[in-house]
Amino acid sequence: MKLITHNMLTSKILKNVVTGYPLKIHAVKAELKKADFQPDFIARMIKKIDYKTLYQAAETLGYAEGMPKTEILNEEDMNNEETLKKLHEVLLEIEVIEGDLECPETGRKFPINNGIPNMLVNEEEL
Amino acid sequence: MSRPEHTGPPELFYNEKEAKKYTANNHIIEVQTKLTERALELLALPDDEPCFLLDIGCGSGLSGQTLSDNGHYWAGVDISSHMLDVAVDSEVEGDLVLGDMGQGLPFRAGSFDGAISISAIQWLCNVDKKSHNPIKRMAKFFTTLYAVLARGSRAVFQLYPETPDQLELLTQQAMKAGFTGGVIVDYPNSTKAKKLFLCLFTGPSNQPMPKALTGNEVQQNNQVRFESKREKFREKAIKKGRQWILDKKERQRRQGKEVRQDTKYTGRKRSKAF
Ligand SMILES: C[S@@+](CC[C@H](N)C(=O)[O-])C[C@H]1O[C@@H](n2cnc3c(N)ncnc32)[C@H](O)[C@@H]1O
Repeated sequence: MKLITHNMLTSKILKNVVTGYPLKIHAVKAELKKADFQPDFIARMIKKIDYKTLYQAAETLGYAEGMPKTEILNEEDMNNEETLKKLHEVLLEIEVIEGDLECPETGRKFPINNGIPNMLVNEEEL
Repeated sequence: MSRPEHTGPPELFYNEKEAKKYTANNHIIEVQTKLTERALELLALPDDEPCFLLDIGCGSGLSGQTLSDNGHYWAGVDISSHMLDVAVDSEVEGDLVLGDMGQGLPFRAGSFDGAISISAIQWLCNVDKKSHNPIKRMAKFFTTLYAVLARGSRAVFQLYPETPDQLELLTQQAMKAGFTGGVIVDYPNSTKAKKLFLCLFTGPSNQPMPKALTGNEVQQNNQVRFESKREKFREKAIKKGRQWILDKKERQRRQGKEVRQDTKYTGRKRSKAF
């Protein structure tokens, strides 16, 4: 699981969960996998991502250094090549391989195996 | 040909052996690639912008690979962990989530610039467990899909419905969830080549439906269509001659975008003296 996906994932499918966001990351194993840098894409995603969640996730995994310390990114950050490169690494290159995601409202855990979060739930949980 | 949907739930049908067999089959690769290219065309994404897309029933990543080749980023959801493991082994560039579309899509509102699904949603018509109610599962699926798409974006499904009723039920549930759009039948006169696409819009209902393919189209610039768009994003097209504009307009018409009529002036330089 890359952090771009974590930034979008919720546990709202669970019965009685209101926002189910952000999911807490417990990482047992994470890896850095190089990916092509596309500044256009990162600039586009900046408008979509929840930066606070991204920062926290990166911090949990020990990769926050170099990220702007702010709640919301401003114009300047979006045009800064170094910032875009750092965000590229955080969004697309860091991957959680083993661990789990925890629903902030119910504590329900979703295991991550082989890099894939398991969001399947039992019929009773829906 | 027997239908895999008849053999039991998808997570059992797509077991380790089937997942490997499926992904190594050249004929399947070719078919899924073509279907995805057509779905991508119907998505009508903004020109030359890398987008974040959702691939529903992404399997081992054959459809997703075509999204990557066209310069897009994607997340995929599939119910078969074996299919997803094959995707990991083949080092797809997209990100993968194990999930059942009938339980709803687990993403926050407005996450994706578009969604595709290739040869997968007919599975929603199945009753694989006592507790399964297909209509309820379809409703859950389409309402959550509507929410996770950015406003104005589209979802395109290539599907193999078993009966006309199944197609109608799926379309009905999609409309109930707020989508507009409908079904496009490519090559309707050929039993072999005929393909169905459910083309859904989140925007206003006055969007023109894309044109279906009939097989009589003039073959246009295949080379351009199949080369990796990655490079193109970097060094944006400089030359915009008449043919380039005509090709682009034809592409946009097939995507169902409103395009001005071609005239003898199309692509001509405007004279400076005004
Ligand atoms: C024919 S394969 C297509 C895979 C991929 N889209 C491609 O083009 O190669 C159909 C896929 O749909 C998945 N599928 C079936 N029912 C599903 C469900 N309820 N939720 C998510 N995926 C499902 C299957 O596991 C399988 O991987």
